[in-house]
Parts: sequence; structure tokens; C-alpha cells
Amino acid sequence: MTPSPPEVEIVDFSKRFGAVQALDAVSVRFTAGRMHALLGENGAGKSTLVKCLMGYYQADAGRILVDRQARAIAHPYDAHALGLGMVYQHFTLVPQMSVAENFVLGRERLPAVLDWAAEHAALREFMARMPFRLDPRRLVATLAAGEKQKLEILKQLYLGRQFLVLDEPTSVLTPGEADEVLGEMRRLADAGELTVILITHKLREVMEFAQDVTILRGGKVVARIDVADASEQRLAAMMFGQSHDTAKPELASRAGPSANYLEIEHLHALGDRGTTAVAGASLAVRSGEIVGIAGVSGNGQKELVEVLAGQREAESGGLRIAGRAFNGTRRELEQYGVSLLTEEPLANAAVRSMSVMENLSLRQFDQPPLAHGRFVLDRRAMRPFADDLIRRYGIRTASRFARLDTLSGGNIQRTVLARELSRDVRLLIMQNPCVGLDAAAVAEIRGQIMQARERGAAILLISEDLDEILDLSDRVLVMAAGRISHETDRASADRYEIGRHMAQSRLSA
Amino acid sequence: MSSTLDLGWWGVVLAIIAGAIRVSTPYLLVSLGETLTEKSGRVNLGLEGTLVLGAMSGFATSYLTGSPWLGLLAAGVSGAAMGLLHALICNLPRVNDIAVGIALFIFGIGLAFYLGKPFIEPRAPMLPAFPLGSWSHHPAMRSAFDVSPLFFIGIALALALEWAMKNTRWGLILRMAGDSADAARAIGRSVERIRTYATMAGGFLSGVGGGFLSLFYPGNWNEGLSSGQGLMAVALVIFARWSPVRCFYASLLFGGASAIGPAVQTVGITEGYYLFYAAPYALTLAVLIYSSSPTQALAGAPNELSISR
Repeated sequence: MTPSPPEVEIVDFSKRFGAVQALDAVSVRFTAGRMHALLGENGAGKSTLVKCLMGYYQADAGRILVDRQARAIAHPYDAHALGLGMVYQHFTLVPQMSVAENFVLGRERLPAVLDWAAEHAALREFMARMPFRLDPRRLVATLAAGEKQKLEILKQLYLGRQFLVLDEPTSVLTPGEADEVLGEMRRLADAGELTVILITHKLREVMEFAQDVTILRGGKVVARIDVADASEQRLAAMMFGQSHDTAKPELASRAGPSANYLEIEHLHALGDRGTTAVAGASLAVRSGEIVGIAGVSGNGQKELVEVLAGQREAESGGLRIAGRAFNGTRRELEQYGVSLLTEEPLANAAVRSMSVMENLSLRQFDQPPLAHGRFVLDRRAMRPFADDLIRRYGIRTASRFARLDTLSGGNIQRTVLARELSRDVRLLIMQNPCVGLDAAAVAEIRGQIMQARERGAAILLISEDLDEILDLSDRVLVMAAGRISHETDRASADRYEIGRHMAQSRLSA
Repeated sequence: MSSTLDLGWWGVVLAIIAGAIRVSTPYLLVSLGETLTEKSGRVNLGLEGTLVLGAMSGFATSYLTGSPWLGLLAAGVSGAAMGLLHALICNLPRVNDIAVGIALFIFGIGLAFYLGKPFIEPRAPMLPAFPLGSWSHHPAMRSAFDVSPLFFIGIALALALEWAMKNTRWGLILRMAGDSADAARAIGRSVERIRTYATMAGGFLSGVGGGFLSLFYPGNWNEGLSSGQGLMAVALVIFARWSPVRCFYASLLFGGASAIGPAVQTVGITEGYYLFYAAPYALTLAVLIYSSSPTQALAGAPNELSISR
């Protein structure tokens, strides 16, 4: 282990993917022993920049200086040899292996035969010096998301990396965990043991933990400033440019209390592995109200949505819509005006090899006016139907006949949303509707949600993004360990109180 | 085995035990090979073809050179070649390992039948056996406990693999490739290369399993030699939940099931005994139904496997 962390400088990096200039002459210097934030919205070029630095991509032009010496990084090995490490958004852990095995696997040179007694002793000694601890014998598949994030970071430190890139590290953490992880990273930077690069789009994290911030927009550096001189408003203005506003939607015109439209009582459902995923969840949503369910992913949200969508059978418990039993059949979905925007719509709610037009028609293709009777489809009638939705929802596609999987993520999301909102909506269920979308698309989709609410629909919003929940919901519920563990209304919602309840899954596990 | 009659129903038990030891050996070898392949994240369904090709090349080599051990080596090498072919095709982008496996299953059998025509009639030198029954004066006992060294090699291999998966570099890397290709790539390992070696090793063991059929028990070469052991071994791996040692127990179970039919016949049951011949197939079916519950994914399945995704 070298005594001090390296200083890394990127000079005039450019990178082009097809028609998109992802990076345009970007220069950044990461001073040793400080915590730097790379701030920008999705598609601003943050990930491309660090992937070029780590040797996953080759920059088209530009140089890398490590401790003021020019270095060629052609492969992740080269980056590792220089002490540069990265923690990815998608975990690179091996789930069916123990924590200890995952530590050992990252080593450059593995002995042919492992001496586990010695390895465990070395790990214990290492863990004793670390800010967070994990039992080396646990199977990674049994770790919660926050623990996996910690393991990824510990793994980098175990491998002696002193320059650490964290790619959106808090997206799966509760606010409390996020503060713990980032706080410890900052402490290590202050102690002169580590240079930390924090990739994020969360202004709060930049303001609280980073020392320097570089703002990227459209592949260019917009500004490099000291966080001490910055304010959230100023950072937001630089991050989004002038065009988008992060203003929260107005929640004024709510009509008086109306009857419960959706009622869920003591719902139990199994997950894919046959273990209980939804464990007695009860909730109700009134017409004209948005109920947000916050929670760390993997606490039964996915299974709950699947039960509502008719994709998974409930073990026990009651589902009622407008006071009557609901089983999620296609007929009932139509009768009660239930629309769903599930997570990862390309995989869960659309047919990738069908055209945009066909996907838009999936809810109504076998009813007039899109069909003669219930059997013969009228493809000619589908065209104006599809064109109208494509125009109204701003779906960017080569044509209505383009295969759905040729569209970008945001446009696939819009396609499914257009389909789901294309009929009378009385109950709208959405899970992580804005994941992976740029600010413009997020603003648009949130606008559509608000419009549906104005029209009197009952809306259930399930999201891992606590900010999204707090921005949009009239009432906030927390789902942890398969049940609703907390409820609060918008006015009295407190993010740390909510975070404490989000973390409950861990206590009972 | 007319003298089995003297032993009565004990003869049935004895015959099942002896059969289990004998018949389990190819199951064991093939399932250990498939465990290796599946642990790396691929399924090779072509092992039946590999097994038959191995049986043919083993027999032919033994016949032509006079050495059954050389024959066994040839059986393994032909199996490894089949594994290499499977791996190379699967390394191409967007190729499905299941489809390739089925194609190679048919290809291997076809090739073996085509090349094996001249070897159906002659006798080739057979592999030797340990006469573990020599303490007994009973001829049935003696012949029942002529155990092939391959049986013991199989047990040793099962234990060695179980240990190596946890305690050696290549064991960890193999499991990583099968469990998270992303993780393997992130530390700069070539998933394709790992899977190629694993599929070749699996093919080698299956080929040796085929060599056992033609060079020990039943110990000849004809087109009806294999009765689906190569395919059943795939089910057996699932049953054993990808553990080499459990593969051994499962092989004994399948071997015992295969021996019920012949054993029952020897005690003079003449009606309906052929139903017992179906025991291994019924067992396979039962295992697959048990393991394909709609609400429950299999514990211990490598995550990258196309059947567990």
C-alpha cells in the first residue's frame, strides 16, 4: 500500500458513441485526499468519463496524469495497478458465494490452493480497522442492498485502492445508510487515506459531503467549484441549464375526502424463491389521491405490484376495488379502469419484438374500434389510434412500425404510459416510473401522474426514490419486510423518520 | 446368473446393490462432468451424444490397439472434442446453449453410429476389475462384486471436485463465471474461456463414462448401448443441486433404480418385470417435476444458467 492516495488528472477527454458526443474535451483534476463530486443529470457524461478513466472504454482523445505522470490505461487491470478502483451501480458481487470468497476473488494473484484459515484471520484483522463490518461467512445473496454496497466499498479498500470512484452509491440506500457510507468516505478522505469521486445527481449529497464539485452537462464541463462557495440553487441551475425547473408540483386542488377505491387487507404473497415476500400488507387508496410507498427494493414491492397486476397469485388476504373483490383478470382491469406502469416495462409490460403500434394497442386491440367483433383485428384503425398517442405523449420513434426495443428507455416508458393512460383511468399503479429517465422525461411523466390525479384517479406510487415519493404523494407509506410499517401525510413527512422505518427490514432479518 | 435363484429375495437386494455400483459409474462420471459445465454457467444437453461417441471411440481404439486404457483415453478425448465444439458455438453471440446441446446430441449419436458400424461384431479387450467378491464361494456374489476401478476414480473425483470448488483458485473462478458473469468480467476474467474449459472437461468425463459402457459394463459396442444415461445425468445434476458429492449419492440411486428390472427378472418374476425397467425414467420424471415448481426457484442453482433465469 502506497503511503498517500494518488492525484489523478484528466486532460481533454473526448468520446463519441455513434451520433452522440458523450464527452467533449473534458478536463478535471482530482486533488489527492479530497472528496470530489461529479454532478450532472442522466446522460451528462459522468459515467462515460469514469469508465474511460478506469479502462472500460478508450477515450477518442485525451490524456490521463497520475501523480503528474502521463499514464496509458487500456484495461481495468492498468487502472487497478495504479491503485484506481470503482464501485459500480450494478453490484459486481457473486451472489452464491460468501463475503470472504468475494473478497478473495478480486485479488490480482490468487494462490492455486487457498489457505482459508489464514484468509479469515487476515480478513478479521482488516475488518477491525474498517468503518463498517460484515460477517465474512455470510452468503452474499442474503445481504441487504445497503450491506452489499458496503461490501463493494470494503472490497476496494481490501485490495488497497486509494482512489475510489463511487457511481451513484446511495440509490439503493436509506437516507440514514447513505449518510453513514458517505460520511465514512469523507472521513477516510480527510484522514488522507483516500481520494473519493462521488458520481451523483443528488444535490443534497454534494452539499453535505463533497469538497469539490465538477458539473457536467451534455458531455462538457460546466463548472468546477469549491462546495463551500456553492448553493443548492446555483448547482441546480448549472446542472439543468435554464430549460428545466425542479419545482415541485402544486398539490392544492384536492377535493374533499372521497371513498376508498383500492383496498388491500392483510395480503400475503410468495416471492420467486418461495419465501414470503408480502407479509400482511394492508393499505387503501382513495380516488383523487396519490399514495406513495417508500422502501428499499426487495421488501415486497415488486410482488405487491405483481399481485395487483394479476401476474402473481396471493397466498391470502383481500383485494377490493370499489368495494368488490378483485382478482386481477383482464376483464376486471378493464371494468375498474386499472392501469399499471410496472418496473422495467420492456421486460414486464410490453412485447419487445412487436411494433410501437401493436404495443400501444395491447389494452384495446380486441375491442371496437380496433377490432371487428372480438376476433378480427382492424389494423387500419390501429394506425390513427397509435399516431395520436405517439404525438400526444411525444414518443420519439422512427415510425409506428418500429420494433419497441429499438426505442430508448425513456420512449419505451412513454409508450407504456401512453397505452396505460389511453383509456378511462380510475386506478393508476406505478412502480419506479422515472428510473433512468432524463430530467425532461421525468418532468413530463410526473405531469401525467398529476393530471391523472386531477381527473380523479386513485394513484398508488411505489418508488425507491424517496425524493420522488415526497414530491408527489398526498400520503406516504413505508414498506419494509413485506408489510406497511409506517404512515404519514405529506405535511408531517420527515425523511429521517421515514428512513428509520425503511431500515426496519434489517432489524427483523 | 441362474444361481441367484438360490438366494431368493436376498438375490434381488444383492443384484440391486451390485447393479447400483455398476450402473452408477457412467451416471457419476457424466453428472460430475455436467456439474462442472453447469457451475460455469452453461448447460450441455449434448452429453448423450458425447457418451455414445465416447463409447464407440473407446471400443474402437481398444480393439485396434489392444489396450483398453488407451481406449478409455480416446473416449475422453473424443468427449472433450465434443465439449470444445459445444463451447465454441456457444461463445458466438446470441447462441442458445440448450439448442446447441440438442443439435450436438443428435450429431454425436449419428457420428458414432456412422463410424462405429465396423465395430459392432468384434470383441475388444475389456477394462480389468477389482474382484471384491473373491472372499465368497458364491459365483453370483463374486461376479456381482467385480468392481471397476472407474467407480473408485469417480468417488475420488467427486470428493476432489467438492473440495476444489471451495478451496482452489480455479474452483472459485469457475463458480464466479457461473454465478455472475459481470463480476468475472469486472475483474478481467474471460467468461468465455472459463466456460470453454469447463465444457471440455465435462465432455471428457462424459466420454469416459461412454468408454465405461463399451469397455466394462455391458462391455460391447452396439447402437442400443446407451439407454439415455447422458440425458438422465442432466436431471441428476439438478437433483444433486450442483454438488459433486451429492451427485455420487444420486448416481447410486439412479443406478439402483436401473438395476431393479434385471434383478426382479432373475428371481423368476416373468410378468410385468419390464415395468421395473422404466424405473430410472420414472425417477427422472419425478425429479424434474419436483425441481420445476412454479413458485420456487432451485436453491444452489448457478445464477447464469439459462434454466434458472
